[in-house]
Amino acid sequence: MKELSLNILDIIENSLKAKAKNIELTIIEDDSKDLLLIEVKDDGVGMDETLLKEVFDPFMTTSKNKKVGLGLPLLKLEAESCDGGVFIESKKGLGMIVKVCFKKSHIDVPPLGDLPATIVSIIATHPEVNLKFKHVVNNKTFEISTEDLRKTCEESLCTPFLLSSIKTFLEEKIKELHGGV
Amino acid sequence: MDKIKSIEDLRKLREQAKAFLRTRQGEVKVKIYISMGTVGIAAGSRDVLLAILDELQKRNFTDVQIIERGSMGLDVEEPVVGVDRDGVVVYYGHVAPEMARQIVASHVINGQIISDWVIAKE
Repeated sequence: MKELSLNILDIIENSLKAKAKNIELTIIEDDSKDLLLIEVKDDGVGMDETLLKEVFDPFMTTSKNKKVGLGLPLLKLEAESCDGGVFIESKKGLGMIVKVCFKKSHIDVPPLGDLPATIVSIIATHPEVNLKFKHVVNNKTFEISTEDLRKTCEESLCTPFLLSSIKTFLEEKIKELHGGV
Repeated sequence: MDKIKSIEDLRKLREQAKAFLRTRQGEVKVKIYISMGTVGIAAGSRDVLLAILDELQKRNFTDVQIIERGSMGLDVEEPVVGVDRDGVVVYYGHVAPEMARQIVASHVINGQIISDWVIAKE
């Protein structure tokens, strides 16, 4: 994957396949701790211990269509090559938490990339899911949830016109977090 | 478009959106399937999806439902886009954002299948 936001989309797609209804995405960038942390929490079907042990095995997949599952193994490789790692907590029936951390100043850390595009893709294809997004850059925080957006818009978010407005809105907000105007 | 500063601005946009939308009646006419598994995402399906949304907005076409499908086992053809119109599902392979725009214009809206890019029908 070229950028981390694509990996995030991939993790969230996993959550959606696990029938998650509420998904929380948290991104923390902290220069003083030299840390970039991405956390995805969902309330899907979760995984039992045997599956959890095998989850980083590239030849392990729950899909019937194919024989390999490369999403998590690739992300793990990426994180570990940047002095970070991937940690997964899950219990059968209770959802899961995926934490990915990177050493922020490491030269091999991929760019976060187009986060608004990732979020809009999820809203567009799964308008029924509640997605909470929290982005912390040092001491600045931006939070938004699709529930809030839905209340504001009172109707389906899934119209191309509103989606593109939401995308511009997120782009502005994330730019502000990084100090740009 | 004006820059949006707050959720309040979105509320205003909603009013605009209402005027903009044709009222959707009954079932949607067209379904667009997009495969967003690991392979699809790595091959660029997110950009394809955004191009489709953008083109739909430009052409003011809202009788459409976009459905995400996991990998269909056609990884070599990713990004794969399927269009379900008039009872036939047509799959296009190796779809680039620009191709996606053309698919929206000719197949989704006007019902003309672009046969050069078709990989499967069902």
